[in-house]
Amino acid sequence: MTTLTEPSGRAMTATTVRAPAGLPRLLPQVPGVPEDLRAHLARRGRPPYRGGRGLLIGSVEAAGLTGRGGAAFPTHRKLAIVAAARGRAVIVANAAESEPASRKDALLLRVAPHLVLDGIQLTAEAIGATEAHLYLHPGTGHAIMRALAERHAAGADRLAVTVTEAPPRFLAGQESALVNRLGGGPAVPTFVPPRVTERGLGGAPTLVQNVETLAHIALIARYGPRWFRELGTAGEPGTMLTTVHQPDGQTQVIEAEIGTPLRTLVAGAAGTGAQAVLVGGFHGTWLPAGAAATLTLDNQALKRHGATLGAGVIAALPADRCGLAEAARVTRYLAAESAGQCGPCLNGLPAIAGALAELAAPGPRRATRQNAERWAGLVTGRGACGHPDGTVRFVRSALTVFAEEISRHERGQCAATNRRPFLPLPDGMPTTEDDWT
Amino acid sequence: MAETLRVNPINCSGHGVCAELLPELISLDEWGYPIIDQRPVPPGLDPEVRRTVAACPTLALRLLRS
Repeated sequence: MTTLTEPSGRAMTATTVRAPAGLPRLLPQVPGVPEDLRAHLARRGRPPYRGGRGLLIGSVEAAGLTGRGGAAFPTHRKLAIVAAARGRAVIVANAAESEPASRKDALLLRVAPHLVLDGIQLTAEAIGATEAHLYLHPGTGHAIMRALAERHAAGADRLAVTVTEAPPRFLAGQESALVNRLGGGPAVPTFVPPRVTERGLGGAPTLVQNVETLAHIALIARYGPRWFRELGTAGEPGTMLTTVHQPDGQTQVIEAEIGTPLRTLVAGAAGTGAQAVLVGGFHGTWLPAGAAATLTLDNQALKRHGATLGAGVIAALPADRCGLAEAARVTRYLAAESAGQCGPCLNGLPAIAGALAELAAPGPRRATRQNAERWAGLVTGRGACGHPDGTVRFVRSALTVFAEEISRHERGQCAATNRRPFLPLPDGMPTTEDDWT
Repeated sequence: MAETLRVNPINCSGHGVCAELLPELISLDEWGYPIIDQRPVPPGLDPEVRRTVAACPTLALRLLRS
């Protein structure tokens, strides 16, 4: 049993909280039932402030926490950069990763809002932030607003949190786009350097951290790094939220230990249910179902297959669909979601999307695949943000994994028997310039 | 000290002046945007490189010391 103490050494009032074993860590004990302030405090106790800037960062480093927004960057390094920067710092909790196939941030905000808000407060203390923001998509903030009101009434928080809605765009949650939006401008990326950790919102050093990452920090602050490492792998400790699209069309958010075999998350990955698995979302990588069935949920294992976990999207494409049709739909979406600022992305992504649309239709020309490959090579590394590179990763893996289907299409055939779209795209794709704000 | 050329792709509007002035290190893609040799600038090309950076109409081309 762990007794939480405040920095003064005084035991916290009426809260002796056992460090929880096993799963779930982030999600409620009763699946899907949101935790209000009272339930949250009963389960986890009050947030253990450390009493000064920088003090929590060592625990985060010892825990080995990495960012859960997609980049898997070591969290303590980002915290340390902002904590060491001159002047007032800003913290932004990012719940607008904007991956249409990811549901985990919206779910976390709904069922564990107080854990996220604890994470904001504790991390703000750790970096010396004097301003806190929460950036989220419309329709995902109800529980958070209620939770903020509860905390306000209880006088629980040290720092007020400003909630801002993101525009419904794929790149809205990109770090520099987010800072532009909070600064009153359009949510489009800017060229780095400078990084937002050095010069972000209003010129202040800014920490942008995914809401799940902050929730993990709230747990590390309570139970310590050793507890955090009880689950996960040595190189990638802890749990992560995944959004799993099962071949039968069901979507689940699953909190899983890092290192879990993918076949335990995806029904039918090894059998006949799926033909291929998309790992890491729309900037992610297609893997043949057979390969996916041998892999585990960690970047070390996935790296050998050219894949990364990203924000934890795993989509198992059922055998009755056309992988090329799916890839073409998503690529068209990604091309439309280019901010249009960089020439290679503005021109290259639509060209690639056009080639994929041709490959998805009967009788593509032989040169089309080569064109797609060539354009993919041309746009790589030439954007201000990672959008062209992420799109290319998705496209290239599709061309490889669905190569047989391309040959079939060239002969005028298609293996699919079900034309219904599988991967989720937002309704009514935005097409106008004004949708950026 | 090694120097490399880098383009700010947001500022670049594809005038193509750079590829004309410095074909040794810069070519254009099929949409007219520069593809830049990422290797350190050879010392012998120093005057040409500086002239090219100065000539970019949108100030998108930069010389970075590394």
